[in-house]
Amino acid sequence: MLREGKVRIPSGCSISGIIDKTGKRFNGKDIIKSIGLMHERSNGLGGGFAAYGIYPDYKDFYALHIFYDNLNIKKQTDNFLNTYFDIEYNEAIPTKSIPEILEQPIIWRYFVYPKNARLKDTRLSETDFIFKYIMIINRDYDGAYVFSSGKNMGAFKGVGYPEDIGEFYMLENYNAYMWTAHGRFPTNTPGWWGGAHPFTLLNWSIVHNGEISSYDTNRRFVEMYGYVCNLQTDTEVITYLFDLLVRKHHLSIKRTIQAIVAPFWDDIDAMADSKLKNELKYIRAVYSPALINGPFSIIVGFHGGMIALNDRIKLRPLVIAEYNSKVYVSSEESAIKIICNQPDRIWAPEGGEPVIVLLEETKKGASMI
Amino acid sequence: MSLDFDVPSFEILRNKNKCIQCKVCIRQCANMVHFYDKDDNIVCSNNVYCVNCHRCVTLCPTKALIVRKYPLEFRENANWNGAAIREIYKQAKSGGVLLSSMGTTKAFPIYWDKMLLNASQVTNPSIDPLREPMETKVLIGRKPNVIPFDDNDELKTTMPPQIELNIPIMFAGMSYGSISKNAHESLARAATELGTCYNTGEGGLHKDFYKYGNNTIVQVASGRFGVHKDYLNAGVGIEIKIGQGAKPGIGGHLPGKKVGEDVSLTRMIPIGSDAISPAPHHDIYSIEDLRQLIFSLKETTEYRKPIFVKIAAVHNAAAIASGIARAGADAIVIDGFRGGTGAAPTRIRDNVGIPIELALASIDQRLHEEGIRNCVSLIISGSIRNSSDIVKAIALGADAVYIGSAALIALGCHMCHSCSTGKCNWGIATQDPSLVKRLNPDIMYKRLINLITAWNHEIQEMLGGMGINAIDSLKGNRLMLRGIGLNEKELHILGIKHAGE
Amino acid sequence: MKRIYAFEERCLGCKLCEVYCKTAHSKSKNIIKANKYENIESAIFIEEVIEKKSIVYFALQCRHCKNPKCVKACISGAMYKGEDGIVRNNSEKCVSCLSCVLVCPFGAIKVGKDGQTISKCDLCVNYGTSLCVDHCPNDAIKLIEENDDCFTKGRL
Repeated sequence: MLREGKVRIPSGCSISGIIDKTGKRFNGKDIIKSIGLMHERSNGLGGGFAAYGIYPDYKDFYALHIFYDNLNIKKQTDNFLNTYFDIEYNEAIPTKSIPEILEQPIIWRYFVYPKNARLKDTRLSETDFIFKYIMIINRDYDGAYVFSSGKNMGAFKGVGYPEDIGEFYMLENYNAYMWTAHGRFPTNTPGWWGGAHPFTLLNWSIVHNGEISSYDTNRRFVEMYGYVCNLQTDTEVITYLFDLLVRKHHLSIKRTIQAIVAPFWDDIDAMADSKLKNELKYIRAVYSPALINGPFSIIVGFHGGMIALNDRIKLRPLVIAEYNSKVYVSSEESAIKIICNQPDRIWAPEGGEPVIVLLEETKKGASMI
Repeated sequence: MSLDFDVPSFEILRNKNKCIQCKVCIRQCANMVHFYDKDDNIVCSNNVYCVNCHRCVTLCPTKALIVRKYPLEFRENANWNGAAIREIYKQAKSGGVLLSSMGTTKAFPIYWDKMLLNASQVTNPSIDPLREPMETKVLIGRKPNVIPFDDNDELKTTMPPQIELNIPIMFAGMSYGSISKNAHESLARAATELGTCYNTGEGGLHKDFYKYGNNTIVQVASGRFGVHKDYLNAGVGIEIKIGQGAKPGIGGHLPGKKVGEDVSLTRMIPIGSDAISPAPHHDIYSIEDLRQLIFSLKETTEYRKPIFVKIAAVHNAAAIASGIARAGADAIVIDGFRGGTGAAPTRIRDNVGIPIELALASIDQRLHEEGIRNCVSLIISGSIRNSSDIVKAIALGADAVYIGSAALIALGCHMCHSCSTGKCNWGIATQDPSLVKRLNPDIMYKRLINLITAWNHEIQEMLGGMGINAIDSLKGNRLMLRGIGLNEKELHILGIKHAGE
Repeated sequence: MKRIYAFEERCLGCKLCEVYCKTAHSKSKNIIKANKYENIESAIFIEEVIEKKSIVYFALQCRHCKNPKCVKACISGAMYKGEDGIVRNNSEKCVSCLSCVLVCPFGAIKVGKDGQTISKCDLCVNYGTSLCVDHCPNDAIKLIEENDDCFTKGRL
């Protein structure tokens, strides 16, 4: 059987996310409990977490999490990394041996910064530099896969049920102000650790439930701008869409959402506000290939907040709850109630209606939103 | 000398028991095939002139007529078949270039029929277009790569001019002169009601049709017939026609007998004069010349209308398309070699150009690789026969399609391939008032609307089946296609997988 | 009341209306038998007017006049105007005097080939639908009120 990335594998899923708007950090126990409750929504072939604010000691360095198939490829990749990056610190990511998790790869993390001279040579921005060399590793270093590359954040994922993956990585030992989680139900896969979710790029992380029918349109659109869809997964392409629109095209989150879940033409035509109408029409015309179609619910994490979003006609479940300074997002209400018994408010957003949750400090100075 | 080696192409069988001598066939045949024998009180037919247009068959109230292939055969020979022999007879008699009408009749591969579409099952729900919104609107025109917003999240630029089509189907350029005024009126009225566009073709715009301007693309071709400032500003877009799929590299020729008073006024040429479009535009000998024409037209229309550039699908189409995009065109039109025409040299029609499917796939891919696909719209034409051809075209990467032959068939064309004679019995490719009258625009524009509405329903069904509710998400979505019976090279060019993969 | 109107700008002169008129008024109601074997004249008649550049086709059929001269002239009371406004000929009463043919100002009443029976348009009301209208290939014949839109709007 072909490994994921060589073939496109549709999958169903469960997702969960928790954020504390005050920025207060908390450990991974709750998120494991929440995603674990939705055991039935995944089939043991993939689970994972993204956590923001976990590496305060290395917050200025890009934290690369890498899977290696063997030591040989690690050696080659190390050489590559040493050529282009200053490595502040690196280590094996601590894991716990549990019977549910088998055949784990070598899992390593590096805290890196682009080598100054190299960065100058390429004339790329820092983020573009990181982006470029990660793409090279993932494309050319067979057996090595960078699955996390943001600052002060990280993804933890693998083949197994999400609750087991959480235990395996000992997430109770990490403190984050925002957690997202994913349980996967791929329809076929030989089970590859890199194929599990969340998918991350730089500070973006995405957990996604659905199967987008616009995949190839979206893929060919982002590939026009230098992205390489190695995994052929929806999550990967959605991440790239966000990265392209927000980081490269400098669209605000609001505008980005207007592009990827653009309102229906009928709704645009019926709008009374002619300025907004004009803007939406313009965005829809230009970013028509960025429209995401087909069923999905996603949680997009970034430093400073998260976006929970459904497809335009709500073909996948998504529930939001608030309790004090915390906001909970999940595929199922029960997965919120298990960790937050009596939320102040709980609701299901409409299709295409984004729920954007920002840290209070982000909100104050946010120009990007 | 009366010796003619040629034999009739068709034979008319008249069922004597059914024929009531009503003489409708006689009155309706512009080729004078049928005649009345008073002595025997029977209606007879002269097979030689029959072009198999079915006018008599359709109107015969008792369905007493059958037209079929003339059964006379040459001695069997796979190499020197009947067509090859007869073409030589014709040329030996006339000394002229062989002329044909409509698209090629040769059995070249039709890739539409070798691609299959996807549908959702379980992992992704199909969408019911009767219950959910299903969007088929497309915007044709140049788009910037990025929309710049200022610090207050306000637009810094305005959208370049776009043509809004409710459906991704337009009526292809067919000139007034090559087709009748009534045919034009039907197309214009149907386009208006459907919220799409028809294309004037290269023969100018009749004064009666300026009122349909919001749904008109005006064409500028090498003959520049009927081109003036008001004309250029009359429509919502301008199309520079470089070439045509049926006859790449060849100009056009409207015989003087078709240039009556109205055509003469519209084309701005004397009555009865031949209207000859040169093979190239004599002010475009290079891509930089094209840029100048594009911008002259933009100046004339104050940058308010998208400029299309139409080329025939030829070997190097991908590179040419890239050049056109960079020359400033807002939309590129590619016409495949199975496309129709009023008249083309047979050898050109049957031997020059490439299939639209391959041209489209390679152009779309090339523009992607160059990072400029999103800047221009891509419109294709050249034998779109039905809604699934359109869905496949859009999945390969087209924004919209033009239909020419299909629209004419809706108007009654029976594909008899005799447009050039000017004796179209259906009132389409003729300027003879008594024949033009046969095409009643009040009836025919509705037939066009019916056709496109039906196709749009079918497109929506197919989109819904794929789990897509906006045609935006079908565009270039080649994962929705699978090849059937195609070789590796063809799959590679089309950028699709084989069925079962 | 609705009448049959023919529009010469649409008429192709194919004369299918005549064929169907005969069928409608035949005994057999079979298009082949009616036209081949039954001795009927069509009640709608296409006249060809040859002009300089073209031929104009002009359809003749009963106008169902308000004060029909044919009814007045009829010596046997066969010709009558019904309450529905339609002028009809009762063939059982008709004595073939042909006075009606003589007085019709439009020439819209025709004599059959036998020189005895007359034929005129009765709007096919008894058949439910006017066959000439239904079968006109170019929508040139219509059964409409005299104040129908198409007279004022120009578009047929």
